[in-house]
Amino acid sequence: MDDLLSEFLTETNENIGIVDAALVALEQNPDDGSQIDNIFRLVHTIKGTCGFLGLPRLEAVAHAGENVLGKIRDKELTVTADVVTIILEAMDVIKDLLETLEQTELEPEGNDADLIARLNDVAYGTVTASAGGSSNVVELVEEVSEADLEAAFAAAAGPDEVEAQIRPLVSQEVRPGEVSEAELEAAFNAAPGPDDEPDEPELVAEPVMEIPVVAEKKTPEVAAKDHAPKETSLANQSIRVNVELLEDLMTMVSELVLTRNQLLQMVRGMDDNEFTVPLQRLSHVTTELQEGLMKTRMQPIGNAWSKLPRIIRDLSNDLDKKIDLVMHGAETELDRQVLEMIKDPLTHMVRNSADHGLETPKERLAAGKKDTGRVVLDAYHEGGHIIITISDDGRGLNSEKIKAKVIENGLASEAELETMSIQQVQNFIMRPGFSTADKVTNVSGRGVGMDVVRSNIEKIGGTVELKSEEGKGSVFTIKIPLTLAIVSALIVECAGERFAVPQISVVELVRASTDGRSENTIELINEAPVLRLRDRLLPLIHLNEILRLETAADEIAEQSEVKGDEEFIIVTQVGAYTFGIVVDRVFDTEEIVVKPVAPILRHLSIFSGNTILGDGSVIMILDPNGIASQTGENLVGDHTIEEEMQRDTSENDKVAMLICRAGGNEPKAVPLSLVARLEEVDIETIERTNDQMVVQYRGKIMPLVTMSDNATIVETGRQPILVFTDNDRTMGLVVDEIVDIVEDHLNVEMASSVEGMIGSAVIRGKATDIIDVGYYLQKCFGDWFGGGETAAFGSESSSQKILLVDDSPFFRNMLVPLLSVAGYEVSTAENPTEALEMREAGKEFDIIVSDIEMPGMDGFQFAEEVLKDERWAGTPIIALSSHTTPQDFDRGRQVGFSDYVAKFDRDALMNTLSQTLRAGGGAR
Amino acid sequence: MSNYDVQEYVTVTIAGQMFGIPVLQVHDVLGSINLTNIPLAPPEVAGALNLRGRIVTCIDVRKRLGLPAREETGQRMSVVVEHHGEPYALLIDTVGEVINLKSEQLEKNPATLDPRWREVSAGIYRTQDNLLVILQIERLLDFAGNASAAA
Repeated sequence: MDDLLSEFLTETNENIGIVDAALVALEQNPDDGSQIDNIFRLVHTIKGTCGFLGLPRLEAVAHAGENVLGKIRDKELTVTADVVTIILEAMDVIKDLLETLEQTELEPEGNDADLIARLNDVAYGTVTASAGGSSNVVELVEEVSEADLEAAFAAAAGPDEVEAQIRPLVSQEVRPGEVSEAELEAAFNAAPGPDDEPDEPELVAEPVMEIPVVAEKKTPEVAAKDHAPKETSLANQSIRVNVELLEDLMTMVSELVLTRNQLLQMVRGMDDNEFTVPLQRLSHVTTELQEGLMKTRMQPIGNAWSKLPRIIRDLSNDLDKKIDLVMHGAETELDRQVLEMIKDPLTHMVRNSADHGLETPKERLAAGKKDTGRVVLDAYHEGGHIIITISDDGRGLNSEKIKAKVIENGLASEAELETMSIQQVQNFIMRPGFSTADKVTNVSGRGVGMDVVRSNIEKIGGTVELKSEEGKGSVFTIKIPLTLAIVSALIVECAGERFAVPQISVVELVRASTDGRSENTIELINEAPVLRLRDRLLPLIHLNEILRLETAADEIAEQSEVKGDEEFIIVTQVGAYTFGIVVDRVFDTEEIVVKPVAPILRHLSIFSGNTILGDGSVIMILDPNGIASQTGENLVGDHTIEEEMQRDTSENDKVAMLICRAGGNEPKAVPLSLVARLEEVDIETIERTNDQMVVQYRGKIMPLVTMSDNATIVETGRQPILVFTDNDRTMGLVVDEIVDIVEDHLNVEMASSVEGMIGSAVIRGKATDIIDVGYYLQKCFGDWFGGGETAAFGSESSSQKILLVDDSPFFRNMLVPLLSVAGYEVSTAENPTEALEMREAGKEFDIIVSDIEMPGMDGFQFAEEVLKDERWAGTPIIALSSHTTPQDFDRGRQVGFSDYVAKFDRDALMNTLSQTLRAGGGAR
Repeated sequence: MSNYDVQEYVTVTIAGQMFGIPVLQVHDVLGSINLTNIPLAPPEVAGALNLRGRIVTCIDVRKRLGLPAREETGQRMSVVVEHHGEPYALLIDTVGEVINLKSEQLEKNPATLDPRWREVSAGIYRTQDNLLVILQIERLLDFAGNASAAA
């Protein structure tokens, strides 16, 4: 791009930013003369430069805007919201034009006659007195071409005269864009101009802008001569430097820092020697240099805020709200790279606060607040970080609304939400695709919002926290590193390799043991390591595992069981997800310069870069975000990371399973809660009656069943059995070996065609057959007592009808035989809808047993549905759920459940069933 | 003989085979190196090393060519080349000399050559006592695309 053009673009964009802010300030304080002068001057400069560069469309808009501003300055027009709005509109058009210009280097086609006409209306339409003359002038300006003006100007005054007049001007400011209006005006007034032109600034500016060029062309030597000595103090104080140059310098200094560190490391081991003093000096200078250069990259955060007053003003107009924007700490400086990255997130968040956070004046007054809402931005340094808070005194976040939305979007179940803290619930708003705004407004509520903000901030190693109190407001706290170039990192060792972990994501370090000797012990849940850390369960990740660093030494250590007597856990936080990284050793922290990894390694999301340590070795920098996203999958399967965070919640869904072996090597499992006792019986005591193995057990005869007919029983010694009881009956299931008790999600993935098995599930990473206890009970007692007697078993009448509603085939399969054995006539429904269809079909049941957590309609809703219709209204409903907190009980009773039973408590279910039926029968 | 049809090559040996690398692409020849292992990296990546403050990615050429790992534990050498502004160290067995060869003597890869070799070889020179396989650096480093696609 043309240098001149790019310069113009940068400068004009800056100026428009200032104009925006100044206009808003002017609106609030219309009598501020300096403000309008400033705005006028800036717009004038924009217009002038446009003319100079031959951008007629831009020029026309700027010109029309300037007319209005001129009237304001001359106090012919009062500042009103309408006036400010239309000028801001003109600025927006200019911005759009500039954008196109930047992309195409050409001014876009089209014209802005409508806007210009409206601007002129504002400028002249209301002030009739001056309307006639001025509008002529406007036309004149628009019609007169540059060439004409130049010609006219040349004719009016000899070049030499002009030179004499403008030489000081030229020497002060060579760039036309930066010539101040006052100077130009002064210069022009001094120069003899065409007499017929009125002394209107907008017109005056045209020829003046040409002057420097004319002058420079004709007397370069004079201009150059005078230029040097008369350089203004302004130019001396600041220069424009290409950002790339600064970036390069920064890289060089980073290298220097590294080399310095390296030297220091080498000398550290030695006693006093000749290097010590010069090295100290080098070290000192390097630090200064580094700090100095960092400062050149630093910009006040106010730069990122400059657009906000304008945005807030527009918002308050659009939304009919009264909003006060308060900004503290605008002078807080941070790295320009970081600044660029947070600009958009910040804007978005302020917008959100104003739109979602603040109420309308009416609502505010009703809530006993001032009608003007406040959005407060605050920025300050804190321990190598910049903290930015965005707070509003609005309505705060409505947890109920969020919960409803969460459920609607299927991000979590109602039961899961119940157990979450308010803060956890509120943090859902930072999930992708989440918006609580009822309507999608022009401003926000499009569902792409806070999640983008969060990911942008996390990209630069920052964090976002949210605190909100309903009715009082919300506070977002953003914590970002001062700079991205040099970060403090923790050096750790794992399997003999060293790695760096950025300090910002490290929350704390914990020393732990695996043998229970120290206070902190790593425990295993289904081989997933966890740590009890104060009041929560911290999921752990072994660094060597995710990096697949299983070295030979490690294996030996594992075998000798020496390993693991001490490990270090780096408690790491990524967003709301906290986890521990287990490493072998922790060294010290070191300042490192993050360098990107080679392109062929870019796909390794687990590293954010690499660097050279003080000792000269290369070290990989771990990216906690990458680790979290990688292991989130490994750890929790299809669950998301946040769900992992609420591990204690998800554990409710886990089922304790007894793993055993019987007839074959493959593991078999049975829900532990079904098992009454584990026993070992002496083979000698097993007797046979009626072709059935029995043992005398607690003074009674207990039948023994084997898993399959050809299962072998040990010849001597003791035989492990699982004892199942059913009221006063007991049954022993013969197994080869009781392996373990594990807690895991029970997810029957494959139905079994083999009798006695419900199906297969993955338990502890192995395909495991789930034993159908009901089948064996039936087999045992069916054979034992004969078919006819079963009906009388455990029930009062011969065939009480039960409807079982459960989405899980496992439970249906397991409960149906159990209930059938107990003498009930069982029908099943996969979901409430199916159940309700049965109602429509006119079926009747004595009792309904329903699951709570079901996709679509849940158990609570189902119960409400059932009670609504009189056909089934009298039918008692028993809730079956894995969650049995007091709240659940209450809720269940409220919606009309007769009772509430834990899912695996078979005895309780049987008791409840018979009690409820008895009570119900009595009532009828 | 005009200048432009003469090419200079640095010869290196890997598993007894001579290879030629265009001399203009060679930045450094390193003796002992202190490699940092990069977990999860493609197998061809032997690690990273510090070369005067620059981080150089080290490529195990044997792996790249499908050759077995070197048995003798002696010091390995590496040749540093640059590709798209990034330095790479090619881990080889020994470095030979710089030789001048006429471009016209370059022969096409024999059709029977292992595809992995054919992929990276620009052609073969017959020298007096050896056959010299000319390595194309860009192609040699081109396994990354496949690796990232697989990852």
